[in-house]
Amino acid sequence: MAKIVVDGVEYEVNPDNNLLQECLSQGLDLPYFCWHPCMGSVGACRQCAVKQYRDEEDKDGILVMACMTAASDGAIISIEDSQAKDMRERVIESLMISHPHDCPVCEEGGECHLQDMTLMSGHNYRRYDKKKVTHRNQYLGPFINHEMNRCITCYRCVRFYDDYAGGTDLAAQAAHHHVYFGRHQDGVLENEFSGNLVEVCPTGVFTDKVFSDHYTRKWDLQSAPSVCTGCAVGCNTTPGERYRSLRRIVNRYNSEVNGYFLCDRGRFGFDYVNSDERLQAASKRVGGGLQAFDEAALSGLLTEFADGEMIGIGSPRASNESNFALRCLVGEQNFYSGLADDEQEATQLVLEMARDQAFHSPSIREIESCDAVVVLGEDVTNTAPRVALALRQAVRNRSLDLAADCNIPAWQDAAVRELAQNERSPLALLSSYASRLDDVASDCVIDSPAALAQQGFAIASELSNQAAAAESDHGDTVKRIAQQLKAAKRPLIIAGTSAGSIALIQAAANIARALHESRGAAIDLCLLVPEVNTLGVSLLANPDNRLGSALSRLAAGEVKKAVVLENDLYRRAPRAAVDSALAKAEQLLVIDQFETATTDQADIVLPSTAFSEHEATYVNYEGRAQLSFQVHRNYRGARPGWRWLMEDADGNVEDLINRCAEEATAFAKLDDLLPAAGDFVASMKIPRQSHRYSGRTAMRSNVNVHEPKQPIDDQSVLAFSMEGIPASKDARLMGAAWSPGWNSNQSISKFQDEVNGELKQGDTGTLLLERSGSGQWYSAPAQAATPAGELQVAPAYQIFGSDELSARSPTIRQRMTDAYVSIAPKDAERLGLKQGDAVSLNGNGSLATACIRTRIKPGTAAVYCGDGQINPHEIGDSVALTKSDVAGERSLSGLIVSDLYEEDY
Amino acid sequence: MSEMSNESTMVNNVIASSATRARRLNAEEIAEIEHEMELYPDKRAVGLEALKIVQKHQGWVSDESLLAIASYLDIPVADLEGVATFFNLVYRRPVGRKVILFCNSVSCWIMGCDSIKEQIEHRLGIDFGETSEDGDFTLVPVPCLGDCDRAPVMMVGDDLHRNLTPEKIDQIFEQYRKQLTADG
Amino acid sequence: MVTKPLTKNIDMSRPPLDIGAYEATDGYQSLQAIAKGLSPQDVLQLVKDSGLKGRGGAGFPTGMKWSFVPQGESSPQQKYFVVNADEMEPGTFKDRLLMEGDPHLLLEGIIIGAYTIQANISYIFLRGEYVASEQALNAAIAEARQRGYLGKNILGTGFDLDIIVHTSAGRYICGEETALLNALEGKRANPRAKPPFPQVSGLWGKPTIVNNVETVCNLPGILTYGIDWYHGLTKGNDHGTKLFGISGKVKTPGCWELPLGTTIREIIEDYGGGMRDGLSLRGFLPGGGSTDFMLPEHLDIKFDYDEVAKVGSRLATGTMILLDDQTCPVGMIGNLMKFFAHESCGYCTPCRDGLPWVDEIFRELEAGRGTEKDLEILHEHVDYLGPGRTFCALAPGATAPLGSGLKYFAEDFERHVKEQRCPYRR
Repeated sequence: MAKIVVDGVEYEVNPDNNLLQECLSQGLDLPYFCWHPCMGSVGACRQCAVKQYRDEEDKDGILVMACMTAASDGAIISIEDSQAKDMRERVIESLMISHPHDCPVCEEGGECHLQDMTLMSGHNYRRYDKKKVTHRNQYLGPFINHEMNRCITCYRCVRFYDDYAGGTDLAAQAAHHHVYFGRHQDGVLENEFSGNLVEVCPTGVFTDKVFSDHYTRKWDLQSAPSVCTGCAVGCNTTPGERYRSLRRIVNRYNSEVNGYFLCDRGRFGFDYVNSDERLQAASKRVGGGLQAFDEAALSGLLTEFADGEMIGIGSPRASNESNFALRCLVGEQNFYSGLADDEQEATQLVLEMARDQAFHSPSIREIESCDAVVVLGEDVTNTAPRVALALRQAVRNRSLDLAADCNIPAWQDAAVRELAQNERSPLALLSSYASRLDDVASDCVIDSPAALAQQGFAIASELSNQAAAAESDHGDTVKRIAQQLKAAKRPLIIAGTSAGSIALIQAAANIARALHESRGAAIDLCLLVPEVNTLGVSLLANPDNRLGSALSRLAAGEVKKAVVLENDLYRRAPRAAVDSALAKAEQLLVIDQFETATTDQADIVLPSTAFSEHEATYVNYEGRAQLSFQVHRNYRGARPGWRWLMEDADGNVEDLINRCAEEATAFAKLDDLLPAAGDFVASMKIPRQSHRYSGRTAMRSNVNVHEPKQPIDDQSVLAFSMEGIPASKDARLMGAAWSPGWNSNQSISKFQDEVNGELKQGDTGTLLLERSGSGQWYSAPAQAATPAGELQVAPAYQIFGSDELSARSPTIRQRMTDAYVSIAPKDAERLGLKQGDAVSLNGNGSLATACIRTRIKPGTAAVYCGDGQINPHEIGDSVALTKSDVAGERSLSGLIVSDLYEEDY
Repeated sequence: MSEMSNESTMVNNVIASSATRARRLNAEEIAEIEHEMELYPDKRAVGLEALKIVQKHQGWVSDESLLAIASYLDIPVADLEGVATFFNLVYRRPVGRKVILFCNSVSCWIMGCDSIKEQIEHRLGIDFGETSEDGDFTLVPVPCLGDCDRAPVMMVGDDLHRNLTPEKIDQIFEQYRKQLTADG
Repeated sequence: MVTKPLTKNIDMSRPPLDIGAYEATDGYQSLQAIAKGLSPQDVLQLVKDSGLKGRGGAGFPTGMKWSFVPQGESSPQQKYFVVNADEMEPGTFKDRLLMEGDPHLLLEGIIIGAYTIQANISYIFLRGEYVASEQALNAAIAEARQRGYLGKNILGTGFDLDIIVHTSAGRYICGEETALLNALEGKRANPRAKPPFPQVSGLWGKPTIVNNVETVCNLPGILTYGIDWYHGLTKGNDHGTKLFGISGKVKTPGCWELPLGTTIREIIEDYGGGMRDGLSLRGFLPGGGSTDFMLPEHLDIKFDYDEVAKVGSRLATGTMILLDDQTCPVGMIGNLMKFFAHESCGYCTPCRDGLPWVDEIFRELEAGRGTEKDLEILHEHVDYLGPGRTFCALAPGATAPLGSGLKYFAEDFERHVKEQRCPYRR
């Protein structure tokens, strides 16, 4: 620690940081633009000028930029010095010269860092009376609006998009006061994290296009702390609602999970919630159609239905509470996770590793601190996007070491990057096709999933004699990767269930175990699962209860009733198996948000609430349980799944969480997530609406001039109103961070222990799983021969499309691509396929578009199933491809890959 | 070309759209770019050189050329555009057969470059940034040509003209007109 | 006894000396000394002892600059020696003379500098407009390579060196050494933060020295003729000769190599021939567009780094721009402001957005629409754009003529506002 003096007051600070960061950590107000807690300093905006004095005798001092000055021991500075204040006011005045001052019509207004900083620096009169510089805006795709005239040229957008997120299609252009930030021409911003530009931009240059289309001021949004349900990472979010529609999602800081950034699936994949296609009424099948229940019939529904033995099929996209309620209803022996059989087996293996004390499951922040990474067969950009962003930071650890050797502080962002050039910490990608992380990878091994597993086993055997030997086609690479892992301070192995290969997970475990052998410490082993609550539902269900056997029991007539919770079984098992089971079931009750192939077979269909309409807990890939609050009510007939499934229709979710903690093994700590009533002043509720929430008395005046009573929330500590005690000091319960003078998201620093640190109240979720004992070594399975003429299948995924619910979002749909099958040019030639041809898979009616790529191993076919266009369970480990004559309406439109084969060019 | 892009890592993502397509670089351009690539440890460093090489052959850098260079060097086209638009002497719009780099910096200003410029405007009918109707000349201001003891000065193509007077302007452009006509 | 080591071979009425003729005038002698065992440390000591200061503008001691390059086993093996030949300072025309007049002198200097810091690659960062310089340098490089002065194992010393001419595409900011490095890397030429200095992390993150053409051209003489000779050249406190130039309305504008410490009066009157008939000197920028005005009362000071600094300006490039009494000082400064505003790279706020405002105000003054408020804003910008406030030295350079001009020519500014026209315009 170091001591510095700011305006006569002494503070203890971290000398490894710069003065700006440390001033903010101390709660001092000092304006800034170009600096960002995750992106360090570049000294461009000159906004954070302070006066620095040589020593106590020095009365003159010199102006320095706080962001570019180390918080070294003994530093004496003044924020209040008149020269420094004058400088800061001048800088704002300059920045505002060409700014359009269009705050009233700007989406950023009310949460604009530029507004805040302008007020803070005292600039309030426009003296510039000359001509403003204006720009033309670009079309940037369905996510982001571009309004360059508002730009203050802080360079944050390109620093985030290019330097932090690895984007390539946004850059600074032109020079002097004509500097422009955009693409080389109009077009979709390609990077998967483009939505963060909305939050990174300190003003309204990059704004949320979806939000703009039904815009509401930040202060008029009803919001609550939520968790993204787009994948198993569980990023923390703040959804905002107004006028009965969900308007947007922004990042909610969680130091361990998502930090400051979300992926575009998470940010833009929410508007299915507002869809008219949502199921709206509890209905029963009468004849061929569905008929809504009347209210009276509804109350006895469950009691009537629940008479006798039933099978309950849960879901990885449903909450712990709903799954648990189903389990209570049908009994443990009849409760099934709803995962596909092969995925269930893989997930159980993941859970086994999650309990093995040789391993540690790293959080996103921990992933960022790893300095050698091997990714085995998992296309993280498309299965757990936030992990991909973390890996881009992990490879920078080498540059931070190099910088330290040259006495360049880590926060000197441009200098560190310049020094390091292409020196990166090793990242080995063992993948079946070119991935979006290849540009920062030290090695890319491209092969079939089975062959990749072999490489994994071979790496482990390089590291430990105890690991079974395995043959490798990439001997030198394997040796190099093993060496890199050995040399690393914090090695990390990533794999997952998405490649459909048990062997890959076993190989990953072997590598980690080999490292554990030599180090003794727990090794970071990150095993990814695809859906928001894959781990939660897997912990609730008996591992031996397989979906296949549930379907068999139904088909055999052993059990006559089934309840399916938020699950389309046709995505989990072959069509024939589901058909015969559901045909035989006498009573089928399906709860879901949307009509699916499964609800089409149901006798009773009950509409369930979306993520923002209920309070729930989910377990992420690490085994971290997180609480997501209800943001707004469902205004139609949907109820939370658990509510449909409980006898007590007035049940309370928090009671259910407590009960789950008591009854379900592994969930003992779940109730830690619940805020204790004693935490709040006089047990008053926390308002979901800000103290500036406007128009409440007028918003229903077209219906009735009387303002209705605010709806009561009998479920949680939050209220659907402005009344109550705002959580102004407690970020756990605060939908949108706000602090006096800080209306933008930058206000989060007021709630952190220190900038970039934990929230003052902690609360990063609860790790459920305890580790004890150490498991076994695995050996490489024998390689199965691929039938002649067939190709080995590698499942492929897309960030936009592979998640069932976000794929229902109109916004996401604009970026989705159809089912495709990626093959090497050699195979394409053999099969007579051209780019974009329609391809039949196994001749069973599955259709995909041919996607010929240069970086895929001949003999492998990477199959992307589209949003339910192909049933993955009808394709085996290998596939026969034939050109289809069906005139394809499908195309590769919207697909972003680096290695599309171009014959003509 | 296809071999190049096969080797590429990821910068030139292919996103299906009706966007501008790259043109083919010609053999001379490729040879000169290849030569430059030997002089620098990093392909990216050749970006500006490649822009100048293409400009030398094509007169200016079209969108199609920009894409071609980016693809050839495997650098993001947005970054290359950032470089192209940063430097004064990369022309992203068509220019005349001869570009007039006219110094209007301080020494030339003291020595009366304003009246020289008026003469050019008068004779060729163009202001800064404009190209004469016959497509022969484009007038571009340049900050100091480093010949201040012989101000006012200008360059026409690669030729430097010093100690300019309005009368000299007429002679000079008469010459160029003849030369350009002879060249067809 | 050589008295003009920089220009002794230069005669612009004929092509530059070829390598044989250059050798005949003691050329490449310094390499023979190196071949005979002069170590990099020896050369560094010589250059330190010579007292040579950078001729590009900042005047930083060259030997000291070089000494910050990390040497030894643990330092990066790849190092670069870069020559700043991006001569673009308004009113500056000395490096062109050296490159077109005697290219081998520069090459010899580069070999010395690169050898001292053990750099195997040298880039000459040349203005794109300097077509003749490029041709002269490339021809000389080919000759030197043939003679074995460049390439592998130069003169059996085990030292390898290649010199590459890089032509730029026009940006004043490239003269800033770190912006120059970014441009060489093919990036936008924004300057970099210092520290880290290029000596530690420069071109592609490797230790790099950036020296001005004229600085480098001083090196052969120092090695060939020795320290005592070098110290004997000056008439002032700083060592060596300097190229001094005059542009503006003197009888014979030009560029001459003279001892440092020659008085300004001597340069203007004896070499420049004095002001043209009917004109008198109003003031002058001593070393290019980013230096403070000096006045006729300063004519008798010795032209070297310290003496010029004493009267609040800088020697900088040593090429003077003269303002006569019939040229409008407001117009002259306005011309410079337009230049600086246009040449801002656009990276930091004060420079990017402050200079265009200043430029706009000068246009208003020129057009007869200037106000007292405008003058106030100009005064404010002198502070606002000053040293320490901006990311690099470009905007502070612009404030030099602006601040000193506002002070020395206040009356002219006032008249523009009061009369709502330029009083010099007839």
